[in-house]
Amino acid sequence: MSTVLEKEPPKKKDLSTDEFIKGLWKENPVFVQVLGMCPVLAVTNTASNALAMGLATAFVLLMSNILISALRNFIPKQVRISSYILIIATFVTIIDYVIQAISVELHKSLGAFISLIVVNCLILSRAEAFASKNTIGKSIMDALGMGVGFTFGLLCLGVVRELLGSKSLFGFQVFPDQFQDWIVMILPAGGFFTLAFWLLVFNIFKSKKTSS
Amino acid sequence: MSATIEQQEQPTSNSKKMLTAMVGIGALCALLIVLTYEGTAERIAFLKQEALQNAIFKVLPGIEKTRAFYLDKEGHFQPLAENQKEATVVYAGFTGQGELAGIAIQGAGQGYADVIKVLYGYNPQKEEIVGFYVLESKETPGLGDKIEKDEVFLSNFEAMDVKLNADKSQLVNPVTTVKSGEKNNLWEVDGITGATISSRAIGNILNESTSEMLPIIQRNISELKIQ
Repeated sequence: MSTVLEKEPPKKKDLSTDEFIKGLWKENPVFVQVLGMCPVLAVTNTASNALAMGLATAFVLLMSNILISALRNFIPKQVRISSYILIIATFVTIIDYVIQAISVELHKSLGAFISLIVVNCLILSRAEAFASKNTIGKSIMDALGMGVGFTFGLLCLGVVRELLGSKSLFGFQVFPDQFQDWIVMILPAGGFFTLAFWLLVFNIFKSKKTSS
Repeated sequence: MSATIEQQEQPTSNSKKMLTAMVGIGALCALLIVLTYEGTAERIAFLKQEALQNAIFKVLPGIEKTRAFYLDKEGHFQPLAENQKEATVVYAGFTGQGELAGIAIQGAGQGYADVIKVLYGYNPQKEEIVGFYVLESKETPGLGDKIEKDEVFLSNFEAMDVKLNADKSQLVNPVTTVKSGEKNNLWEVDGITGATISSRAIGNILNESTSEMLPIIQRNISELKIQ
């Protein structure tokens, strides 16, 4: 009996860190799964917008994963998608109020994009593919990994676009005044260019790793 | 026989299950939202009020006290009591000596993405707009939201000419938005390249709001007193 108890915890722990790590790198939602492209392209024109959006999405992902995982035996599979959307929309409304209560300025800068978290396919896909089939502990680790991975992806784009598009980083000027802003980088087209650039970098890195 | 009964029973029990699940989750979600709303409503109202107060001081440079007035049905200004809600509210700003230094007026209109709400300061002696602040907008980040941050654009509203005609019934020159770099007169708004619709919307909002409010203010200026 005691041996079983001793054996089980480390095994669980290993699995959980695995769930966390995979979201950061191997299954990164932005660069590998290419999910949730709407906010990835739309909100990443400044680094701080990207960070705030990433954190808000991570919060919704975490909370909805917990609740969906807790209710997974209670939700009939015919109505699972509508139940998930209902739960996700609830947490988006909650984070909308919370952000307003933290700072009116922050709420102003994120504007319409907060409500758009509802339709982020990353969250729905984690609910369907993971939280509905796994324990709460695993779902938490999965959501944290994916959330951090998503925030990291958004930041990668936001940093490049803000640097080139408005010569600053987190609102502080980095390049001298003579630097000509690349207006295209803060336009939607710049989002596609930057995403393509990062996908290229990641894939070169990955193919080198596999060949070696 | 038993098979048919089972087949008949299964759908009803299934839909019952679905119904309970959906209603249960719906109730739980509603509860969560209501709790968050109740928990944050007071703080959000406080922050919004604070933001409005800050905005009033921003658009009316040099004032030390403010007082809110609302427009009653007869077209006169009455002091606004605390927690009172009225459709048309203006905020009078006073100097340390209690003299009227300016009036902050709210305006709203359709922008590119959603309704834009602005607050602007009006100096009734000089008949100028002396300050401008965007209270609420969902304009495209990086483009349309330049109406909030762009220094050249905001400098339009440091001394904007909104003089009324001799009988104080309408503006001599309507506020209009012109193309970037083509501003020649003090009543024109220098537009923003890449934010044409948003900057035009600001011109329209100001034009509508000033045409409506400034004659009323000039007529009833004696009613805007500190006490």
